[in-house]
Amino acid sequence: MDLRKVKKLIDLVSESGIAELEITEGEETVRISRYGQNPPQTMMYAPQQSYMPAPAPVTAAAIEAAPAVAAQSDGHPVKSPMVGTFYRAASPGSKNFVEVGQSVNAGETLCIIEAMKLLNEIEADQSGVIKAILVENGQPVEYGEPLFIIG
Amino acid sequence: MFEKILIANRGEIALRIQRACREMGIKTVAVHSEADADAKYVKLADESVCIGPAQSTLSYLHVPSIISAAEVTDAEAIHPGYGFLSENADFAERVEQSGFAFIGPRPETIRLMGDKVSAKDAMKASGVPCVPGSEGALPEDGDEVVRIAKDIGYPVIIKAAGGGGGRGMRVVHTEAALLTAVSMTKNEAQTAFGNPVVYMEKFLENPRHIEIQVLADEHGNAAFLGERDCSMQRRHQKILEEAPAPGLSPKLRDKIGERCAEACRKIGYRGAGTFEFLYENDEFFFIEMNTRVQVEHPVTEMITGIDIVQEQIRIAAGLELSFRQKDVQLRGHSIECRINAEDPYTFVPSPGRITVYHVPGGPGIRVDSHVYQNYVVPQYYDSMVGKLIAYGATRDQAIARMKTALSEMVIEGIKTNIPLHQDLMRDAAFVKGGASIHYLEHKLAAAKKTQ
Repeated sequence: MDLRKVKKLIDLVSESGIAELEITEGEETVRISRYGQNPPQTMMYAPQQSYMPAPAPVTAAAIEAAPAVAAQSDGHPVKSPMVGTFYRAASPGSKNFVEVGQSVNAGETLCIIEAMKLLNEIEADQSGVIKAILVENGQPVEYGEPLFIIG
Repeated sequence: MFEKILIANRGEIALRIQRACREMGIKTVAVHSEADADAKYVKLADESVCIGPAQSTLSYLHVPSIISAAEVTDAEAIHPGYGFLSENADFAERVEQSGFAFIGPRPETIRLMGDKVSAKDAMKASGVPCVPGSEGALPEDGDEVVRIAKDIGYPVIIKAAGGGGGRGMRVVHTEAALLTAVSMTKNEAQTAFGNPVVYMEKFLENPRHIEIQVLADEHGNAAFLGERDCSMQRRHQKILEEAPAPGLSPKLRDKIGERCAEACRKIGYRGAGTFEFLYENDEFFFIEMNTRVQVEHPVTEMITGIDIVQEQIRIAAGLELSFRQKDVQLRGHSIECRINAEDPYTFVPSPGRITVYHVPGGPGIRVDSHVYQNYVVPQYYDSMVGKLIAYGATRDQAIARMKTALSEMVIEGIKTNIPLHQDLMRDAAFVKGGASIHYLEHKLAAAKKTQ
């Protein structure tokens, strides 16, 4: 079952009134379910022969769903205040500003977002422990995108 | 040719630009505020980037966010659409300095035409006739201002040099009201445009608004694509446009059109542009130039068969125009009705969810709209939800087709000005053609009185 088909199924569920959809094709099964207000989540079952496609490029909905679920259950999301490129450290080779499990105080630098050739330090807006880092080093981020979870 | 273009706008023009790109095989990046995350063109774009919250100043007008979005997506060019930053010379400059192509004129040209006083000077130097008025900015001396107004002859209109598009202007009928009007306009101009400079023009009593569309590339080719009549206005905002202008002789058209094309060559104009005129007694008077694609560009596309947005992209990519002046033939007649989310008679805006949406079709009907059933029209931006365009072999046929299309069009959940357009299609003065820019205001005022 290819990713385009899966994406079409996800779109189908989100656009219709369908609550849950399960499709089996040969050895592969896909189940997509909608939970009330939350965006539809996809759960893919690898059949015995491990036909699982790489999880990373699945769909925007799936990628959105994962951090949203994490945010709701674990703590406070720190969202990006600007469009740019996310960096974990002040410069290549330097130590990362924070790691998962680290305690931070409000006002401490968590990361750099590079925008228009300027490096902007992004600070924690509250104290707590870094529960999750949601973006990879060097990845582009948009306005409002969750970067960290502080709990 | 570009491989990827970032569309720095929203609404129907973002979709229009996207369609031109897709037709040319160019990838699109749609930037959007949080309020526009569900826009049709965002869903259809190859990539989309959220650039800020709903407020325009923090999103569509926020230069760093837009340039940043171009950087992270590796876009090659930025199309600014109309409104927002499209005529912001500083933005155009920063786009180019950041290594992207700006799909529009050079920053210097935008600056020249953005200052309405210097624009008039440039046009006079190029042999384009202007509205008689103060020679440049009004002086500080009140007595001088009174003398200038006396020379021009009342009524006069005070205009902000940094304004345009119907904003920052005030009409004065008597000497007694003059100086107060000037200082009020200056204050408003300072607040709205950061520039208190004002100038004065003769206020023409019964002119029509006729504008000339031009396209110019960087290889010395400049052409005019006929004219548009945009006289149906309310508070200086266009409601309906048509091409060609009813009753305008080909001789006059060619004369003014050639002047505009020549002015383009003289100032080294690049891209699409519109020269706006007031037309009275067979005479054209230049008021301002718009250095961008305009809302009403479709009516020109319908009668010439030329895709203005694609030509903009070609020009920005360094190509020549895909045609020459001799290839421009005006055929038939086209009318555009701007469909706004507002009460058709009180003009109170009506944002909200469109619960039922059905577009008309058939021969000669074009709909340029980004909305769809269940789309929520946000309250943060202008109220235009789409443009309904009709084309016919004759003006009468275009009107008949527009009437039919308006009656087929269904938009429920919000109020729209469709009833006003239906009214206008039956209006005797409109059907006759050649109504002045004051006609609609008078008609609406008269209707209000009888209620």
